[in-house]
Amino acid sequence: MRKMGNQTWLFENKIFVSETATVSGPREKEGPLGHTFDYSYDDLRCGETNWELAERKLLQHSIDLCLQKKKITKDQIDLFLSGDLLNQNVTANYVARTLPIPFLCMFGACSTSMETTAVASALVDAKFADYAIAATSSHNATAERQFRYPTEYGAQKPLTSTTTVTGAGTMLISRDQSDIRIESATIGKVMDYHMDDPFDMGSAMAPAAYDTIKTHFQDLGRTPQDYDLILTGDLSAVGSPILKDMLKEDGFNVDDIHNDSGLMIYNSEQPVFAGGSGCACSALVTYGHVFNELRKGNLKKVFIVATGALMSPVMVQQKETIPTIAHGVVFAREEMN
Amino acid sequence: MSQKFHPDNYKKAAKAYQPKPNLLFNCSKAFIIGGLISVLGQGLIDFYTNVFDFTEKEAGNPAITTLILLSAILTGLGVYDKLGQFAGAGSAVPVTGFANSITSAALEHKSEGLVLGVATNMFKLAGSVIVFGVVSAYVVGMIRYLIQQWM
Repeated sequence: MRKMGNQTWLFENKIFVSETATVSGPREKEGPLGHTFDYSYDDLRCGETNWELAERKLLQHSIDLCLQKKKITKDQIDLFLSGDLLNQNVTANYVARTLPIPFLCMFGACSTSMETTAVASALVDAKFADYAIAATSSHNATAERQFRYPTEYGAQKPLTSTTTVTGAGTMLISRDQSDIRIESATIGKVMDYHMDDPFDMGSAMAPAAYDTIKTHFQDLGRTPQDYDLILTGDLSAVGSPILKDMLKEDGFNVDDIHNDSGLMIYNSEQPVFAGGSGCACSALVTYGHVFNELRKGNLKKVFIVATGALMSPVMVQQKETIPTIAHGVVFAREEMN
Repeated sequence: MSQKFHPDNYKKAAKAYQPKPNLLFNCSKAFIIGGLISVLGQGLIDFYTNVFDFTEKEAGNPAITTLILLSAILTGLGVYDKLGQFAGAGSAVPVTGFANSITSAALEHKSEGLVLGVATNMFKLAGSVIVFGVVSAYVVGMIRYLIQQWM
């Protein structure tokens, strides 16, 4: 059975994370997970002449590294799924033009990491592809320009705001056995709880994460005890406690096993307000640290719920509230024979 | 789900989780930094009147120009946005904040070229200040003119 309950896909074939690669910016390197990234740039511009080129370099680099690590060539890849935060998904589209791989572009804001992973997994499971790569990127300066103010503008940000992570993550998915199996995915619905502050996306996205996690438990008849870790994307210090309290009201206590990528990627001395955000936030933490722990056996089964705020600055100015979404994917350690 | 987190009540419920800004501390910071920028401006006026023999009224223009130059340089060096985060309105309201809004937008759009990038976008943030400045000056001027006619 592939479709479980209302929103969950249970993969029939055994499909695996064949390889991953993570590339980060300088601030992420200084964070507590800095040592888990495959490569980190010391310069926010990554040696390029503008921010958009820098973001493309991050994405391109993470794809190249992933394929190098697996010793596989680009023409062996059947499908490339990617997305980012910029208008017309320019990072993904412009990187895709350099690759000889059929391409599906996706936008899920900061939920793109798990959106691309879920769809790529389904396509590999259904044998429409043998090797698929799911990749995403975000860059602090391109996101500031896209969603906020010019990077050097001296506006005061509130404590609820988050800091867009600079980095890119790539995952190669196939049916070749590895330590990490992709077991299931829950596709989120768009939620809108009438939040309208673009400087507080944690509060806006918590209901989306709540809905996806609750539905996941219902669809598969599971409880929090079935997981060692439930990791949300970028709910930050504001949204994370809201999510826990919302789940608690439905009888799901996730206090001991929940964490948020946005709270893990930086240390408390870094000036990042309520935490990290952006497509690369969940990608860097999951494809780096969490997968290392699964490979070592310190974690057995994790549910990664990437959260996205689907607003645009124009919609915010037109006084629209912020629609949000969360997609979850379950990764389980596979004992190799 | 309880009433607390119902979509209609959610905004209120979420407020309890949002960190509160320390208004007194923030106001003090804004007052001190804004005051220091003004003291610097006064120092510049004194400098131009004493060293270059400007009258006090004339010295205002070179003093403001110097503040604008300083702000633009600090923006380019990546310092002014950090000052802005610390001081809030204290560094946004003085003329240095206005200069920062123009310089930062110009820098941001350098990658799109001199005409359609820098020139088109440099007043992106400052434009509204100019529009409302001109409109309110016009309205106040009209009121003043009418009062003078009646008196």
